[in-house]
Amino acid sequence: MEKTWNNKAWFLVLPVLVLVAFSAVIPLMTVVNYSVQDTFGNNVFFWAGTEWFEELLSSSRFWEAMVRNLIFSFIILAIEVPLGIFIALNMPKKGWGVPVCLVLMALPLLIPWNVVGTIWQVFGRNDIGLLGYYLNAIGIDYNYVQDPFDAWVTVIIMDVWHWTSLVVLLCYAGLVSIPDAFYQAAKIDGASRWAVFRYIQLPKMQRVLLIAVLLRFMDSFMIYTEPFVVTGGGPGNSTTFLSIDLVKTALGQFDLGPAAAMSLVYFLIILLLSWVFYTVMTNYDAER
Amino acid sequence: MARIDVNHVRHSYLPNPRTDADFALREVHHTFEDGGAYALLGPSGCGKTTLLNIISGLLHPSHGQLLFNGRDVTKLSTQERNIAQVFQFPVIYDTMTVYDNLAFPLRNRGVPEADVDRKVRETLDMIDLASWAKKKARGLTADQKQKISLGRGLVRSDVNAILFDEPLTVIDPHMKWVLRSQLKQLHRRFGYTMVYVTHDQTEALTFADQVVVMYDGGIVQIGTPAELFERPRHTFVGYFIGSPGMNVMPVAVEGKTAVLGSQRIELPGAPKAGSGAVELGIRPEYVRLGRDGMAVSISKIEDLGRHKVVRAKLEGRDIAAVLGEDETVPAEPKVLFDPAGINIYADSWRVEMGA
Repeated sequence: MEKTWNNKAWFLVLPVLVLVAFSAVIPLMTVVNYSVQDTFGNNVFFWAGTEWFEELLSSSRFWEAMVRNLIFSFIILAIEVPLGIFIALNMPKKGWGVPVCLVLMALPLLIPWNVVGTIWQVFGRNDIGLLGYYLNAIGIDYNYVQDPFDAWVTVIIMDVWHWTSLVVLLCYAGLVSIPDAFYQAAKIDGASRWAVFRYIQLPKMQRVLLIAVLLRFMDSFMIYTEPFVVTGGGPGNSTTFLSIDLVKTALGQFDLGPAAAMSLVYFLIILLLSWVFYTVMTNYDAER
Repeated sequence: MARIDVNHVRHSYLPNPRTDADFALREVHHTFEDGGAYALLGPSGCGKTTLLNIISGLLHPSHGQLLFNGRDVTKLSTQERNIAQVFQFPVIYDTMTVYDNLAFPLRNRGVPEADVDRKVRETLDMIDLASWAKKKARGLTADQKQKISLGRGLVRSDVNAILFDEPLTVIDPHMKWVLRSQLKQLHRRFGYTMVYVTHDQTEALTFADQVVVMYDGGIVQIGTPAELFERPRHTFVGYFIGSPGMNVMPVAVEGKTAVLGSQRIELPGAPKAGSGAVELGIRPEYVRLGRDGMAVSISKIEDLGRHKVVRAKLEGRDIAAVLGEDETVPAEPKVLFDPAGINIYADSWRVEMGA
């Protein structure tokens, strides 16, 4: 077939281009602009070159937040993915249980981030919180305001509570698409429960799992609202993740230059890691 | 290999079946002989797949008993029954190689790897996929995938029976012939007990020694292809088998004569008394079109290449006749019924004719 070349077609792309320019490109360029300048106020800017970037990359505060963030993402992926698969496998495939389970699963996803934070903030309090009060009542010394370990446990459980459902729903969608004949054939072939999972269910879930891991990684790496509401990044800096640190720098201290440099580095890291995840998992898929 | 006795098996998908209409399988009582090739033939919804799944243990019947070589297996699971089954749509484990797919049922049963290797290679040769052994199964064509499904059944030489659930539905027409004749060969060489479910009469008649015709949840006739053709026990078998199906017309019987409107038809014998409406059945192949006999008016002639099908009206009823390719329709067409092809039915069931 002969392809028609008509440059007027570019006009069709124009609205999207303008929209993306306003919502993404221009803000991004502003950030780039800030990141190479310094100011003493009054809208007077000086050229600073790569100064902010050098300062950022040599600051231990940045690297500590980064390591904290990576550990956090790793832990919640290690919990949410297997747990999500496990729950999806045990959800009913037909009958009245299906809508009940689906609605129950969807509930945490419907709650706004800051509300989730508030719920857990209150839930974990020693004086009035259901969880905090009773943990202490049975002799477990739990105090997320003062103990870094307790703060981490709270933030992780909160994230697992909030987001495992997403993994469950994605896996469940993959599972229900498997025709009955596969399970019947597996019975005929004498496959064990594990073999059915390994050779029938897991391959069918693989694509949705890739999406689940990507989404959960990106989201957890950018996590801000919930830990900010619950711990405010503390005690000390123990739950100060990259985004919290960024906001402290940009809005708390109003250091626009360093904050802009940090945003860019942060953005590049997420881009890089997502690309690595995606490439590794799709390559693995193609090899098999 | 095993003899399979299906003893008064009934099955309903409802929890509390009351009337016959609640049963998907009304009652089946039949023995599949060791090493036999059987076809379960019937229209959609007649219960043939239900019966197959009961034999393989994917379903447990609500009533009745199932014996393998005399041993009661009714309560046993599919794994314990040691059955192979090939489904309508090819089931392959697509993350595995062709080789591993075939090895899967053996490895699941803890067969030593040396035996696995020997059996898998034998089976790969049998199904002509030896050169594909190391390939991933997902890249194969539909008929290759179906061969793998089949191979997973064949690889266990000790299976009690191999069951097929319309296995050639998704296969290209020219490959159907190839696969079917391969199945036939395998049956002859290894003597598996095979049960083959299909709604395609050609498939059933070419595959099986014994065809089990099912209708509305029950077996209506079991016989060789020839028996089903010559002596359909039920008018349904007459309609369902043959193309076009049997001509069935209501008649009144007087001794050795059948009366159809103003026509009198000589019968080969006097039908034994039967209850209900009496019908005469004759296959189009036994209707002779010529210058003698009962006058008909031709409504349509279908030329099918090797033969012609003539649609005509006899006493106001539609009737079909098969005519050789070279034969012509006379100007004033008349038909005669070959007595060898006449069957008499009372209440849809065939009645014997005395001398």
